[in-house]
Amino acid sequence: MALIDLTRALRGHPVRPPQSGIARRRTVWERTHLDPWLLAMLLVLMLAGLVVLYSASGQRLEAVVAQGIRFGVALVVMLLLAQLSPSTLLRWALPAYAVGLLMLVAVELVGDMGMGAQRWLVIPGVIRFQPSEMMKLAMPLMVAAYLSRRELPPRVKDLAVCALLIGAPVALIAKQPDLGTSLLVATAAVFVVLLAGLSWRFIAVLAGLVAAALPVLWMNLHNYQRQRVLTFLDPNSDPLGSGWNIIQSTTAIGSGGLFGKGWLQGTQSQLEFLPERHTDFIVAVLGEEFGLAGMLAVLVLYLLIISRGLWLAAGAQDTFGRLLAGSIVLTFFIYVFVNVGMVSGILPVVGVPLPLVSYGGTSSVTLLAGFGILMAIHAHRRLLPR
Amino acid sequence: MRERRDTLKNPEQELRIFRVRSLLAVLLVFAMTGLLMGRLVYLQVVQHEVYSTRSEKNRVRVEPLPPTRGLIYDRNGELLAENRPTYNLTLVRERVDDLDATLTLLVRLLELPDEEAEAFRVRSRQRQRPFQPALLMSDLDEDQIARLAVNRHRLPGVEVEAQLLRYYPDAEIMAHALGYVGRINAEELETLDTGRYAGTHFIGKTGVERFYEDALHGQAGLRKVETNARGRVLRELGRTDPVPGQNLTLTLDKELQQLAYELLDGRRGSIVAIAPATGEILAMVSVPGFDSNQFVTGIDVASYRALQEDIDLPLFNRAIRGQYPPGSTIKPFLALAGLVEGVITPDKTIFDPGYYQLPNDSRRYRNWLRWGHGRVDMERSIAVSNNTYYYSLAHDMGIDRLHDSMSAFGFGQRVGHDVFGESTALMPSRDWKRGRFNQPWYPGETLSVGIGQGYWQVTPLQLATATAVLANRGQWVKPRLASRIGDDPVPLALPETPADIELASDGWWDKVFSGMEKVLSGSEGTARRTGVGLDYRMGGKSGTAQVFSLGQDQRYDAEELAERLRDHALFMAFAPLEEPQIAVSVIVENAGGGSTHAAHLARAMTDAWLLDDEEPDVEELREAMENDTGNVAGN
Repeated sequence: MALIDLTRALRGHPVRPPQSGIARRRTVWERTHLDPWLLAMLLVLMLAGLVVLYSASGQRLEAVVAQGIRFGVALVVMLLLAQLSPSTLLRWALPAYAVGLLMLVAVELVGDMGMGAQRWLVIPGVIRFQPSEMMKLAMPLMVAAYLSRRELPPRVKDLAVCALLIGAPVALIAKQPDLGTSLLVATAAVFVVLLAGLSWRFIAVLAGLVAAALPVLWMNLHNYQRQRVLTFLDPNSDPLGSGWNIIQSTTAIGSGGLFGKGWLQGTQSQLEFLPERHTDFIVAVLGEEFGLAGMLAVLVLYLLIISRGLWLAAGAQDTFGRLLAGSIVLTFFIYVFVNVGMVSGILPVVGVPLPLVSYGGTSSVTLLAGFGILMAIHAHRRLLPR
Repeated sequence: MRERRDTLKNPEQELRIFRVRSLLAVLLVFAMTGLLMGRLVYLQVVQHEVYSTRSEKNRVRVEPLPPTRGLIYDRNGELLAENRPTYNLTLVRERVDDLDATLTLLVRLLELPDEEAEAFRVRSRQRQRPFQPALLMSDLDEDQIARLAVNRHRLPGVEVEAQLLRYYPDAEIMAHALGYVGRINAEELETLDTGRYAGTHFIGKTGVERFYEDALHGQAGLRKVETNARGRVLRELGRTDPVPGQNLTLTLDKELQQLAYELLDGRRGSIVAIAPATGEILAMVSVPGFDSNQFVTGIDVASYRALQEDIDLPLFNRAIRGQYPPGSTIKPFLALAGLVEGVITPDKTIFDPGYYQLPNDSRRYRNWLRWGHGRVDMERSIAVSNNTYYYSLAHDMGIDRLHDSMSAFGFGQRVGHDVFGESTALMPSRDWKRGRFNQPWYPGETLSVGIGQGYWQVTPLQLATATAVLANRGQWVKPRLASRIGDDPVPLALPETPADIELASDGWWDKVFSGMEKVLSGSEGTARRTGVGLDYRMGGKSGTAQVFSLGQDQRYDAEELAERLRDHALFMAFAPLEEPQIAVSVIVENAGGGSTHAAHLARAMTDAWLLDDEEPDVEELREAMENDTGNVAGN
């Protein structure tokens, strides 16, 4: 039944927004505020992710079921957020950001140590929760909300405010330490600023500042973080230690060849040579078992999702919606780029999952929540006052 | 104005900016995705071969399956070398939660001194890859294993691993004959067939273990296993079973060997007993021995130094490497040589005034009996061990013929078929002396050789072998230690056996035998006390080897020096005369004047071999030996 709806919708639903004011039978998409194209592609991606996950998890069906349930939850979250109007989002921006920031401070004070880093906020018996994950959405929301009220392109004063808004949570997350997430959070906010029209001169100055700050950043990195960078520069310097991951993952991908070794046939993956092969390194399993063909198919799927997302963002009626939507989509791409780049050995190892493929609940929920917001912005555009 | 501009929004401009920026973003996204795709093409197409090979290597590991080393039995099936399961304590650090607590607990459980915990900590770091067990301690005893087993649940990551280790139940008495295995060293590794020795850590270092290394070792097997990145075996893909080493049955008789060792225990010397008909070595001891088991696991430096610096040289295999002047024990061989060369006949006599003089030389070469034995024929020359007879014989033969005829008995060469590390000792010759000292041979030196002194040196094995050949009436047998390799008997006929010794008349053998019998049973025999109460006919010959020098770097106190300057006592014998079943050579270092020391031991050996019901009383024998000292003069 749902399938029939879906196909009909795909066939019949125009990409261009329907004319407003004309009485017309509302489709299931209009009623749910979901974008069928985007939803279809996300579902295909998630399905592919589950297939790879089954292999990557050592053929444990429980892992696939657990991930499926998380996807279900994430889809519900997406559906719920899609119902929100952009004006509601605008109103929530500051509270969400403030709560997120407070929780990050709380983590800093009383956070639970997990995997050697202080990331979790635990209310015993109730919830175990990473505030930094919430910040991934609250951050662009806040910056977009702020900038949409200013005259664009932003002026220096606005940029200073943005820098403060961005700097505080990013510093807190980086201190946990969680370099990957802090970079993603910062990226999401920076995209908002860039899309808002940050002047090119300013971009050049910022780039210069970042370059100048690199040595300072280096000095403040934890040993294991430095090690990651060094290992990235020369994985063979410590082939059994920190270089292990990258050597094994490039070996897995490279040995996959054009068409891969076949599903469940990847020796690197199945024989546990690959570390974290069902989480951050899952793309190596994909590359090994499905080859270049599989990798390109997935990358093209990502490109389609991003293109569709940007198309929706461009169609948004106000600046807030456009900035937020654009940032969400571009951040999604950054996930893909950083993850695939790190696993294939062109970027240092940072803890960034492959969106909607890597095993893990929080990131799936965050990502689909982001797409929910994107769809809300798109679906509610005609309801907004001009 | 400014205030207003701040709040004034320009939707058109904002949209334009956004469109330009997002277009740039899309371009950037495509460019970056292109970069990723390029990287993937590079990895999966350009470098595919490289990574494919690497992943293949990653997956399949070939593990060696070392073969079980063959066991060694004596001629009666008594086990001489076995493989004992030993238990090693290992630890996998990745599986240990709290290393300190675990090590402390281990040290307490094993009742070791607290310092051991530190040693354990050091050893626990000795591993190259994750999940490789580190060896903490080897050779756990049963008590320790039991205590570890009971506390197993408290010791995750700690394992007791079984390993087969060579074990010699009678190490001390067998050490020299059997040899031992030890860890393969770097030198050996270079020449070793690594395929055959994959997974093997031990190799025969000396003795039988070394000589029969090939048969004892067997062939390593292999198994192909799939492993994960941490080296843990996931499943076996295929295997070639190892071919276990072949068991070895020796000709040695453990009881006789034991007796020989006990006879010499507390002294220094060697006894070798051979079955003349076959060349089978029945006993071959060098005393003192040592605990060869120490060498299997690797001896510690202090113990090794103690063994090396022991002035009794326990590591020195006297039986095959000890070089002693044979003294008068070679007189029967010289008599035979004289018969072969036609220099003497059994009935030819000489008159012994107590000395011998070379023509045109005033120097007197003395008989041991100052006033001489008077008229001496061949038989009597052997029985009383007359020197003058042999000075004359040697002079008549000359060093060249002497050298050749003695070589025919195996002197100056390696005689054993399967004896590792045998010394040739020295049968001097004109050529040898020129080569060694660049000096001509002097006639007086021939006379020294005539009484088994001078440059001539023999090993106990050579002396026993020559005795066996003599007992065989000239028929050569090469001494051998192994009788069966696996199920295959070692063939009796051996290649490169020296030519048999032939006399013009078979009766001449009887004459020589008779002379040797009189050594023990004749009224003038030098070992007549030993011959008292013989239940069978035995022939023998005593000898005294002069010790004329000590090693330069050896320092003893005066008393010690005196003891170690005393003559070596030698005896060679065979029995029974009619159909010899045992030929034996005995050398007791620094036993002093009096061949009876060695003769008693030889008699104890033949008694033990021929009279199976009687257990010789070693203690009584030793007492008799001590009382006998000097009773029978001469050599």
